Amino acid sequence: MPLIMPPPEPAILSRRDEICARLRRILPPASVIADETARRAYECDALAMYRTLPLVVALPETVAQVSAILALAAELNVKIVPRGGGTSLSGGALPLEDGILLGMAKFNRILDVDFENRCARVQPGVQNLAITRAVEHAGFYYAPDPSSQIACTIGGNVGENAGGVHCLKYGLTTNNILGLEIVLMGGEILRLGGKHLDSEMYDLLGLMTGSEGLLGVVTEVTVRLLQKPLAARGLLLAFPTVEAGARCVGAIIARGIIPGGLEMMDQATIRAVESFQPCGYPLDAGAIVIVELDGTPAEVDHLVAEVEAIARAEGAMETRVSRSEAERLRFWAGRKNAFPAVSCIGPDYLCMDGTIPRRRLPDVLTRMDELAKACGLRVANVFHAGDGNLHPLILYDASKEGDIERAERLGADILRLCVEVGGVLTGEHGVGVEKRDLMGEMFDETDLAQQQRVKCAFDPQHRLNPGKVFPTLHRCAELGAMHVQGGKLPFPDLPRF
Amino acid sequence: MLVSPRDESDVLDAVRDALADESPLAIRGHGSKAALGRAATPAHILSLAALSGVTLYEPEELVLTARAGTPLREIVALLDAHRQQLAFEPMDHAALLGGVRDDATIGGVIAVNASGPRRVKAGAARDHLLGFRCVTGRGEMVKSGGRVMKNVTGYDLSKLVAGSYGTLAALTEATLKVLPKAETEETLLLSGLGEEKGLAALRKASGSPFEVSSLAFDPRDDIAALRLEGPQISVVKRRDDLAALLGAATQTLDAESSRAFWMRLRDAEPVAAGEGVVWRVSLAPTNGFAFVESLRREAAPLLAHVYDWAGGLVWLRLEAAADAHAGVIRRHVDRLGGHATLIRADEATRAAVEVFHPQPAALAALTRRVKEAFDPRHILERGRMRAEF
Repeated sequence: MPLIMPPPEPAILSRRDEICARLRRILPPASVIADETARRAYECDALAMYRTLPLVVALPETVAQVSAILALAAELNVKIVPRGGGTSLSGGALPLEDGILLGMAKFNRILDVDFENRCARVQPGVQNLAITRAVEHAGFYYAPDPSSQIACTIGGNVGENAGGVHCLKYGLTTNNILGLEIVLMGGEILRLGGKHLDSEMYDLLGLMTGSEGLLGVVTEVTVRLLQKPLAARGLLLAFPTVEAGARCVGAIIARGIIPGGLEMMDQATIRAVESFQPCGYPLDAGAIVIVELDGTPAEVDHLVAEVEAIARAEGAMETRVSRSEAERLRFWAGRKNAFPAVSCIGPDYLCMDGTIPRRRLPDVLTRMDELAKACGLRVANVFHAGDGNLHPLILYDASKEGDIERAERLGADILRLCVEVGGVLTGEHGVGVEKRDLMGEMFDETDLAQQQRVKCAFDPQHRLNPGKVFPTLHRCAELGAMHVQGGKLPFPDLPRF
Repeated sequence: MLVSPRDESDVLDAVRDALADESPLAIRGHGSKAALGRAATPAHILSLAALSGVTLYEPEELVLTARAGTPLREIVALLDAHRQQLAFEPMDHAALLGGVRDDATIGGVIAVNASGPRRVKAGAARDHLLGFRCVTGRGEMVKSGGRVMKNVTGYDLSKLVAGSYGTLAALTEATLKVLPKAETEETLLLSGLGEEKGLAALRKASGSPFEVSSLAFDPRDDIAALRLEGPQISVVKRRDDLAALLGAATQTLDAESSRAFWMRLRDAEPVAAGEGVVWRVSLAPTNGFAFVESLRREAAPLLAHVYDWAGGLVWLRLEAAADAHAGVIRRHVDRLGGHATLIRADEATRAAVEVFHPQPAALAALTRRVKEAFDPRHILERGRMRAEF
């Protein structure tokens, strides 16, 4: 599918040298990347099928520099695309030909670790896992753990409201941050929240989280720290069918148990994983469920027994309980290898990210299978079973004519199916450019116009990361207009009582 | 005039009529929070009480959808029958503001972003609102979010609506994440530590791996209280480990007394009874005591106070005054970082004093632009949060 982005503005392209020169007045020369070869490094994020060479790359390291760059961008009417670790799976950091790519990698310091208030102030370019590394000596960690956590940055996590495998119990990014410093287009610096909870007036901290870099540039994040649970044990449960696995997941939750992790893989994934790096998953299983229970040792033992009993009652072919930390990690090894394993049988794959009401899973998998067969492709499934977040991996071969287009069409059909059964287009990867044109499947024009009005409150000229999230760009003046005629609003098409 | 829509499309008409007549609407459920916020005099009241009923509840999916006017007690009873709960433990305002106990609607709970002592572990209403339907101040029917746990499709407008006091939109339906109830609970009480050491003990407990779900200090009885919830076997073990960690004289409240203790604290009962103005102040936990000490040093006429959230939430009752002591309170809150909300005062005071914490100019301007993105004519709850809108 050709991706249509806002057309580059010739007036901006022709002023490239001037823009670079102005940036060099704000930043040291080495922090303004104008050279084409060097700019190539920024041409895509983890959604690598879309590539665009940015106008110029700016690498600020202070909030004053960010503010000056955004003020400059407003003055010259140049677009800005913010970028953290560049691990977005939805093209959130895809550059624009006529836009400054604002790389936040130099914001890499942990500013303040405050154990007594159980929080840390960090710069946005700090990697997710680096926060945990900095506090684990005292028994703390930062809970959201997206699978890219070695590389993704906390600023990007805020932009995408990143999740991970533990979010049913411990929440997403939005539930685990206390404060932000942001810079608006134009250069205004604002602080939202702090080390305290729930600032009054509108929750702009919550709004910023998951706004995909369209509202402001994050320059500092205050994260909550949690104490590591005293114990964690895993269960590996094998079921003859996905239906039986899904029933077991439902039964665990119905019993009042919220596991730290609750994952499921289908047979295609199990087989891919076992041929990639064997970790002892039963090959004849229709589905594997991995359950991780954490808490005090006594509680964990008690819950392990309960979950094992539930699994047997739901028809598990096999139940294994980890007896050591090494064994627990072995249970997870296959799950963590699932993506590279699937890419070995692919040879390419497209990772989708819908969320569905969990009980609809068997139905969705059956229909997904039919859709895949109809276009001659295969799908392997990895599933955050606890929260209904489904990652169908569509296998294709980029070297085959038309395969990539077929894969993209199938992906869109799968996401439409997710919405149809009461789910959503994206659970944790973001809309970006990837799902942008599907937004209409979930929202009507009025819903989308309201979201864009929020954008207008922050960035009335649409200079910040335009072309992402929304399928069409409306001018803010047009969105803001209200026409009252003859004492009544003109909504002739809408039903009235 | 009272407008009482029967359904969503009636709400839409009511807001459009209000826009056409340029007559602002206040939004009511059962009115249990009518005395919260700035005192304002809107032309009409839009009652959402008739929009009532749970429209979807799937316990295994941890999700519940209810119309805005659904009584909270109805939702709580339904969840209770399935051993589930709203984990954010919304406070009841009757003890503070008068009126009937247990008379809130779910719309009101969301409108004030209610929470309780479990806030530190489980979050506030904002953390549990998965999606909603509403009529904006533009007179448009808008939906946002969804009914699944994990969703990043579009802006998270749930966060904006929670705590907006109806100033952005009239909520018509809310979808909430629900969670299992703990099998049991106990509360560990440490007495005789004094305010400063008692609060330090709470912070120590909050940094322990024993999953303490609520941490409060009541200076009147000189008691630090720590709530443990979960399976019996775990609660007992963690209680003992925590007592050993803190090494102070202890007493334990059983499940029933523990529930009663935290409900009383949830509803701010330790400060509610008696004359005077009541403030709710949110700070970093380490600053709770410093804040109260500053007020004492300035001889603010403090009548009662209590700490929740390990010191991060301070409830205060002071002698009534024309400015409700806003100047001294906000000066120290600004110095320490946080916000102070005037929860109880007479109408004249709530019209004269900023009820919600003032914001720096750039943030105030952005806040107003966000308001106007939903309600450009200031038709909903005009003056409820800010005099300017």
